[in-house]
Amino acid sequence: MNFPILSCIIFLPLLGATFIFFSRSRNNKSAIYTSLFTSFANLFLSIFLWYQFDKNTSEFQFIEESNWISGLIKFKLGVDGISILFIVLTAFITPICVISCVNSIKKRVKEFLIAILILETFMIGVFCSLDLVIFYLFFEAGLIPMFLIIGIWGGPKRVYSAFKFFLFTLLGSVLMLVAIIAIYWITGTTDVLQIYEIKIAEKYQYLLWLAFFSSFAVKMPMWPVHTWLPDAHVEAPTAGSVILAAILLKMAGYGFLRFSIPMFPVASEYFVPLVYTLSVIAIIYTSLVALMQDDMKKLIAYSSVAHMGFVTLGIFTFTKQGIDGSIFQMISHGLISAALFLCVGVLYDRIQSRMISTYGGVVNYLPKYSFIFIIFVLGGLGLPGTSGFLGEFLVLIGAFQKNYLVAILASVGVVLGAAYMLWLAKRVIFGETNNNEIKKIKDLNFSESSILFFLAFTTVFFGFYPQPIFETINVSVNNLISNYQTDLTMSLININD
Amino acid sequence: MINTLNILLPEIFLSLSIFSILMIGVFLKKSYNIVSKLSLGTLIFTALIIIYSDHLDEKIFNDSFINDPFSNFIKILLLISSIFILNSSQLFIKENKINKFEYPIIILIAILGMFFMVSSNDLILFYLGLELQSLSLYILASIDRDDVRSSESGIKYFILSALSSGLLLYGCSLLYGFCGSTNFEIIADKLNSENTGAVFAMVFILVGLAFKISAVPFHMWTPDVYEGSPTSVTSFFSVVPKIAGLAVLIRFMQVTFQNILIEWQMILIFISIASMILGAVAAIGQKNIKRLMAYSSIGHIGYALAGVATGTNYGYSSSIMYITIYAIMNIGAFGCIFMMKKDGKYTEDINSLSGISQKNPLIAFSFLIILFSLAGIPPLAGFFAKFYIFMAVIENEMYILAIIGLLTTVISAFYYLRIIKTIYFDELKMPFDQIKNLSITSTIFISCLILSTFFIYPSFLNNILSVIFTY
Repeated sequence: MNFPILSCIIFLPLLGATFIFFSRSRNNKSAIYTSLFTSFANLFLSIFLWYQFDKNTSEFQFIEESNWISGLIKFKLGVDGISILFIVLTAFITPICVISCVNSIKKRVKEFLIAILILETFMIGVFCSLDLVIFYLFFEAGLIPMFLIIGIWGGPKRVYSAFKFFLFTLLGSVLMLVAIIAIYWITGTTDVLQIYEIKIAEKYQYLLWLAFFSSFAVKMPMWPVHTWLPDAHVEAPTAGSVILAAILLKMAGYGFLRFSIPMFPVASEYFVPLVYTLSVIAIIYTSLVALMQDDMKKLIAYSSVAHMGFVTLGIFTFTKQGIDGSIFQMISHGLISAALFLCVGVLYDRIQSRMISTYGGVVNYLPKYSFIFIIFVLGGLGLPGTSGFLGEFLVLIGAFQKNYLVAILASVGVVLGAAYMLWLAKRVIFGETNNNEIKKIKDLNFSESSILFFLAFTTVFFGFYPQPIFETINVSVNNLISNYQTDLTMSLININD
Repeated sequence: MINTLNILLPEIFLSLSIFSILMIGVFLKKSYNIVSKLSLGTLIFTALIIIYSDHLDEKIFNDSFINDPFSNFIKILLLISSIFILNSSQLFIKENKINKFEYPIIILIAILGMFFMVSSNDLILFYLGLELQSLSLYILASIDRDDVRSSESGIKYFILSALSSGLLLYGCSLLYGFCGSTNFEIIADKLNSENTGAVFAMVFILVGLAFKISAVPFHMWTPDVYEGSPTSVTSFFSVVPKIAGLAVLIRFMQVTFQNILIEWQMILIFISIASMILGAVAAIGQKNIKRLMAYSSIGHIGYALAGVATGTNYGYSSSIMYITIYAIMNIGAFGCIFMMKKDGKYTEDINSLSGISQKNPLIAFSFLIILFSLAGIPPLAGFFAKFYIFMAVIENEMYILAIIGLLTTVISAFYYLRIIKTIYFDELKMPFDQIKNLSITSTIFISCLILSTFFIYPSFLNNILSVIFTY
């Protein structure tokens, strides 16, 4: 197929953003319609891509290649079973953000939409790129729109949060840049597929792995560099939180799967104890911290850190169940946390408070809202029948095969997760209404209820019928694991010689 | 003989134009407008002469003047940046009543000096060119002679710069004494690490050059001179002499001192690291935008020197690439500073930028692009500049330099972000005056356009430079 569909998906939002930027109309309506149109067009394109995608091969598909920096780097794009899901997820979340901003963004709507669309370009670019430099380019470029989204449309402490977000992430990433350039001089290329074949010598792997890890750990975020996340989430506007939780955090998990494990298998095996320790600490510690939050957004942010702990744990079990579970957990967390942030946003738009103590007994006045909120709370704690369950369950199965202690400790995290989620629901949705303002507010309007119902439907759908996702990733994950095992045995043979 | 003069054509044309424009300036009253237009025309015409001349790789006048692709590239770069700077600063010059006819003429003389500097293949020609340039710059710094700050900065610049010129001259004389010639290539043949006197001379010359490009620890004059001089002069200072200085430094390192690489490499690494760190840290507390630009330029020179410190052709070309992109960014940034005008008064206070994104969205957006590019965030051009530098640095396995360099980008990102924060996140205090001046806006527009679309075809500069340096 010669049609450059990946470039289309990447640059279509950018085109939309340029169009909005140059449109003379002072009316926000036209900007909203333009961005809705672009983001939906992109969603259809990416679903079409998913449909066209051949699920029976682990080869990269839709490969595009063109000269970029002469003699050094090629502009190379391509997707496999893992990345295509994230592309669809990104294309799915962006229209939701565009719709949600109609209710929550009051000033400079046009600029906000431009930022969201440009961010979509960069995010999809991250998941498509098959060259380390291109990957780094998109990975870092996403900082600019996100920094502005937090800083301009955020809450009272927005400046602090935006700076913390930007500098933490940048600090992690520059080491990755050093590693990328070092890889270029070691292997003579930055093309990921060629590096898979050339195989980096073992002596280099450890430092390179650490450099990549520093970047992904910050982005993931793993304990102890997770502190930017709660701040960023709390201050960001609803749409910003949604994108941050649903997609930006997934870049790191994707990075582990695409780069760290296949390129540095020996080092990945070597650093497993480190990753396990950090993941377990993240799961238990941040769950405990989440229990004690009185700010709803902060609570969900900490729960994200805990859920991401499951993801790293699952990836580094190197078992089929573990990695399948991690990917599923990332997708499902992308849907559920996005929905939870939207739910908080709904209340915040009405009462301008995110404090749990402000609310109570919401169910009496907003029945539709409460129904949906409970669905997502149950999804967040991993109730069977929602997509949240399968991911955690598979990760735990994978972990039990490798290390009992880690698996048991992680299971404790599941219980804690149930505790903070249910307690949140109890304090916000049920109980007595002490605040008279709640009695006056209206239930979900059309746009809110449509996006939330849609998200709830997807969550439950994938909870009962996860087959489409597992089908897509199956071959790629098998290939990843088998390559990993061969690489490890090869290196062991080399040592014995 | 005719052939020799052909090669010198740009310099001859420039000198003749300077004399004739000077006559016009002296004999016509209120001649600023016509003089500045003629000077711009001269610059453009000189650029055309260089572009359309046969690019002969030749040495003339007893091998003291060299005409090679490298010097031609630098000359074109010097001319284009001066054209944009002179053009965009017209309004500022007129409104601040420094529209004396000497102003453009002195800039032309400085450029003539730089031409000889970058084409020199001989210590004497090099020194003459350097002094012609420096003397013009002293006058330029104090061009606003009724203003105390401007005179002060002129004096300060003169005293410190004269000292460094003295050191440099001392180095040149030592070099002549130990090698028996003033010609770069003959010196290069005679040099080796055992020749201690010559190594000594190299250090003196390096000090002098480091002063001219304001690298740490010879940077002290920079913030004061940048702050004190009129903004139009500062914008010239921050770009054009830096390009010439770096080009001469590269010529010295590549030709003259290539045999004693081991001796100067450590010095350059130190200077580079020190400049990057100081440029990043000292700029954090600045409240005056010109002072901040001064520290930022010190930091940027540090990155460019990191490329030189590798001692390879690839490193030299990456550092020329860096300075080219730096020039584009700085011209744009000063274009934005020319727009900082409230109630008819030009302001330099960073706080005065607060919230202007609401009333002056286009300036704010341009500034945003330029600042993110200065901070080196992809996909803007500033990232590629740093990328090439670190490609060269890591190729030579100087990991410490690379890691320190990249960590300082994080620190320096902080103060660029602080300006963006002031523009976008803070509350509006007072909007800027609407300046409708095509020459400023077009300069900013071109700069932003190049910075934001550089990623589409980043090998453009690379291709030119790889021919020049043949790596």
